[in-house]
Amino acid sequence: MNSRLINWFKLSSPATFYPFAGRMVPWFSWIAIILLVIALYLSFFVAPTDYKQGEGYRIIFIHVPVAWMSMFIYVIMAGWAAVGLVYNTRLSAMMSEALAPTGAMFAFLSLWTGALWGKPMWGTWWVWDARLTSSLILLFLYIGFIALKSAIEDPRRADRAGAILLLVGVINIPIIYFSVRWWNTLHQGATIKMSGQTSMDETMLIAMLIMTFAVWAYTIAVVLLRVRTIILERERDTTWVRTLLQEGNRR
Amino acid sequence: MLDIFRTLLWRDITLAMRSRADLVANLFFFIIVVSLFPLGIGPEMATLRLIAPGVVWVAALLASMLALERIFAADYEDGTLEQMLLTPQPLALLILAKVAAHWLVTGVPLVLIAPVLGLQYNLSGEMLQVLIVTLLLGTPSLSLIGAIGAALTLGLRGGGVLNALLVMPLTIPVLIFGAGAVEATASGLGGIGHLYLLGAILLAALFFAPLAAAAALRISAE
Amino acid sequence: MLEVVNLECQRGDRCLFSELSFTLQRGELIHLHGHNGSGKTTLLRALCGLILPTSGEIRWQGSAIDSLREEFAANVTYIGHKGAIKGGLTALENLQIASRLDGFAITEEHAWRALERIGLRGFEDLPTRVLSQGQKRRVALARLLVNRAPLWVLDEPFVALDRAAVGLLQGVIADHVANAGMVMLTTHQEVSLTTGEVRQLQLGVGALGHA
Repeated sequence: MNSRLINWFKLSSPATFYPFAGRMVPWFSWIAIILLVIALYLSFFVAPTDYKQGEGYRIIFIHVPVAWMSMFIYVIMAGWAAVGLVYNTRLSAMMSEALAPTGAMFAFLSLWTGALWGKPMWGTWWVWDARLTSSLILLFLYIGFIALKSAIEDPRRADRAGAILLLVGVINIPIIYFSVRWWNTLHQGATIKMSGQTSMDETMLIAMLIMTFAVWAYTIAVVLLRVRTIILERERDTTWVRTLLQEGNRR
Repeated sequence: MLDIFRTLLWRDITLAMRSRADLVANLFFFIIVVSLFPLGIGPEMATLRLIAPGVVWVAALLASMLALERIFAADYEDGTLEQMLLTPQPLALLILAKVAAHWLVTGVPLVLIAPVLGLQYNLSGEMLQVLIVTLLLGTPSLSLIGAIGAALTLGLRGGGVLNALLVMPLTIPVLIFGAGAVEATASGLGGIGHLYLLGAILLAALFFAPLAAAAALRISAE
Repeated sequence: MLEVVNLECQRGDRCLFSELSFTLQRGELIHLHGHNGSGKTTLLRALCGLILPTSGEIRWQGSAIDSLREEFAANVTYIGHKGAIKGGLTALENLQIASRLDGFAITEEHAWRALERIGLRGFEDLPTRVLSQGQKRRVALARLLVNRAPLWVLDEPFVALDRAAVGLLQGVIADHVANAGMVMLTTHQEVSLTTGEVRQLQLGVGALGHA
């Protein structure tokens, strides 16, 4: 075995990952805050007013990155689930558990910001647009995963059942997305083109990209923080957690 | 292998036939849900005709979910499920047999009664035919996908609601193409494309769902 | 041969047993002891492959059972707390279907004889839901009479049986061991098990201060 592989295996053990995650959290928190400030400044003060949509369009600087992230997190969770099922590592299930609330929050935020955007643009809070509908279904999938995890008491059973649900879901997502698109094009009446804007200004694109990185950094920071809590809770009977807690008490 | 499939199929159908009350209840649930819509919406025939495919399909989806809750529950409670896990037979095959039996006793009656309900909504003969074909192609997929959820939620408190919560988002494509085919026929576009897609979903579900349900059952039966 | 190496099992958050190792050879019987909640049932279910142990390995003829799966399942018969009897089917149907799923079809006549031997004469054709607790248990145990698996894993097989049935079952188990079978069982009843090799295994010694 080469040394790099051993290293990864070492990190995949909760006992070594816990302090590692702890060291990473402040870094990513700071990155998230700094990028967020820059991105907000760019999107509110630098980016020009859209000649068609006015000032209201500025919500997309949050809406788009958040929507991307909500989709991406589900895929990452499914990736962890696959790793967990194949290699039987404890940490992978903890990671997908830690990711789920953030993913659900982003899915919700993307719906909410979508509605806020839709009201001035289309005159209604909600349209049965393919993308909005898909986001709604994605939110349902997150909620289903969280509900299943919390309904099962035995943590190992919950981990494995959740992993299977994630894999089934991730296989289904393209089919769902495709069928929703199909459904939407067939019912032309309700369709409103979202992507018909003029070519995007360069500063808009940059602002959106920086916001995307901010969202990434936020996700990493929050998930690492949450996974540390989950590790402590799950591993409370192990010797390393006990010694850790004793050291903490002594200080 | 075929022999094992037949044995289990025969067993489940026999058991269902010996306690018919559940089946009848499931069928009436379907009938009642479909019949409630006109009461909620009004007797305007043009409107009803427009929403009929969607109503029948959503009702079929709900009825399937309701019935699926029990697909593994009885076997789980009396211990036959753990014996199935300990047979030298591939578990996915056993699950396929169980789902087939379940569909034959709960899904097929829905398909057969659907044209009668369609008449309530003033559907044309052609639309009724398409409706039956979509249900024939679609309800087995519902049973197969639902079996995964039933296996995951086996033995949990409130398993039925949870199962519906997990499975319903996954069945959206079946709903869209099923109801869509009837609507497309009605509008003169022709629903054959929808039917092919329903068939494709069924084939994929036939292959993948038993495997996923098998993995889920091994976890839930611990 | 069944080999258990450094087995550890948890239920929920609780560790039931750890670093458990033993072997079970042909022609041997292991009588598993332990107070309530010491993990006897969990151990038996893990041996069949129904429960994934937290760590450690169970080997059958040298290879891990989770890699053998169905191949291993053909060699095990498990009778647990739940009898695996369908109330809506007759005793005869139950027995025949169970054996067919277990991979060996038995003739109807063979099934009749087994049910008669276990003392269900005259009850073969009734739906098992009308039978008494002890009779249902007998239907479940009838599987042992027609069985060909070398390894039997029996969780409290004597519960709910009358004295005659207990005697009969003891004989069946003794025969199986004498014919180079392997048995792993738990029971709280005082029974003299077999003439063959009987080993005792104690789980959770001293955990509650009594055996």
